[in-house]
Amino acid sequence: MLINVNMTINGKAVSGQVEARTLLVEFIRDHQRLTGTHVGCDTTQCGCCTVHVDGKAVKSCTMLAVQATGKSIITIEGLAQPDGTLHPVQEAFREHHGLQCGFCTPGMVMVGVDICRRHPNADEHTVRQELEGNICRCTGYQGIVEAIMDASAKMAGGKA
Amino acid sequence: MENFAYHTPASVADAAKLLDAHEDAKLMSGGMTLLPTLKQRLAAPSDLIDLAKIPDIKGVCRDGDELVIGAMTTHAEVHENALVRELIPGLASLAGQIGDPAVRHRGTIGGSCANADPAADYPAGTLGHGATFVTNKRKIAADDFFLGLFETALEPGEIIVGVRFPIPVWSHYQKLRHPASGYAVVGVLVAQTKSGVHVAVTGAGPSAFRATAMEEALTKDFSVKAIEGIKIDAADLNNDIHASSDYRAHVVTVLAKRAVAAR
Repeated sequence: MLINVNMTINGKAVSGQVEARTLLVEFIRDHQRLTGTHVGCDTTQCGCCTVHVDGKAVKSCTMLAVQATGKSIITIEGLAQPDGTLHPVQEAFREHHGLQCGFCTPGMVMVGVDICRRHPNADEHTVRQELEGNICRCTGYQGIVEAIMDASAKMAGGKA
Repeated sequence: MENFAYHTPASVADAAKLLDAHEDAKLMSGGMTLLPTLKQRLAAPSDLIDLAKIPDIKGVCRDGDELVIGAMTTHAEVHENALVRELIPGLASLAGQIGDPAVRHRGTIGGSCANADPAADYPAGTLGHGATFVTNKRKIAADDFFLGLFETALEPGEIIVGVRFPIPVWSHYQKLRHPASGYAVVGVLVAQTKSGVHVAVTGAGPSAFRATAMEEALTKDFSVKAIEGIKIDAADLNNDIHASSDYRAHVVTVLAKRAVAAR
């Protein structure tokens, strides 16, 4: 039996028919063809699938599409301005080289935005603790932490 | 995962009716344990009853000398709530140590307690504060709630509506966090309550328990020295790849001392 779901993704109203067991990340990737959100571990550990649901970072591999009905979803595709201007966190990742292979990057950026919103002028300890749920297997995290600290300071200072 | 029928009841009464009507139904709150369990096919319920659309079982309010936390209140909400931070900061701190930020945005106090994972943090939080579970049928003291490994006093058809926390004089949670899972290898909550000193331990045994010998010692003399020589019997503790039972027994005392030292 298929269930109708309606939600907003990156400001656009979308709808579709899914099985109850369809994960939110499957709806985003396979139904909406927004493949910027990645599936890494599929077990709530790596954070590659992180998106924002009503403004909060969640792991879209551990939420059903039906649970997102009526909610506002932001994915990595929805962060930059329509003219291509990067979000301050994206810009900081570019500036500080906060990525290597790029697989974890969409999740890192999405959780980074969440961290910056909740922790203005975040220090290194806070950022490292807040990255608990996102795993990177190549960078050693240094550039990621620096990028999020920088973006957090810039967003708090109103410079971006 | 296997497919299932999905329900979003608008009230606790409707959720209870659905539970009664479907033998293999399961309740879902945040889904942070349930959905991974379904993915691994460790469970395959016929029906999932999502409690997210029930309006009156989330949020925090004060009722006299108690804080009432709705079952569907997320860990992030408990961690950030101004009332919890003011009146039971030890509980706000505990909630902020569960899992990771994204998990804390979804996982709930009701779901965590109903699941009764031996390494979850809230069982120590509820036992240590002498909390009471309010269900759709009755009230259950935390002391009577956690019965064993993933086992609680909840009966079929019974739904946690909220948890009532008596406001303590002081409380503090110390945790040895498993670096990969975020669960407590051992967690100890020490509270000075109106009914005496409570020392609640999670992660160490098959289910959370109170360290009564430490409670008695701290009631007489609330000092680190008072519990220095008290060790939990390792024979009753978990022994697994993460930590031996002897090590866990040792860490219980270490964390209890750290908690007392934080006073």
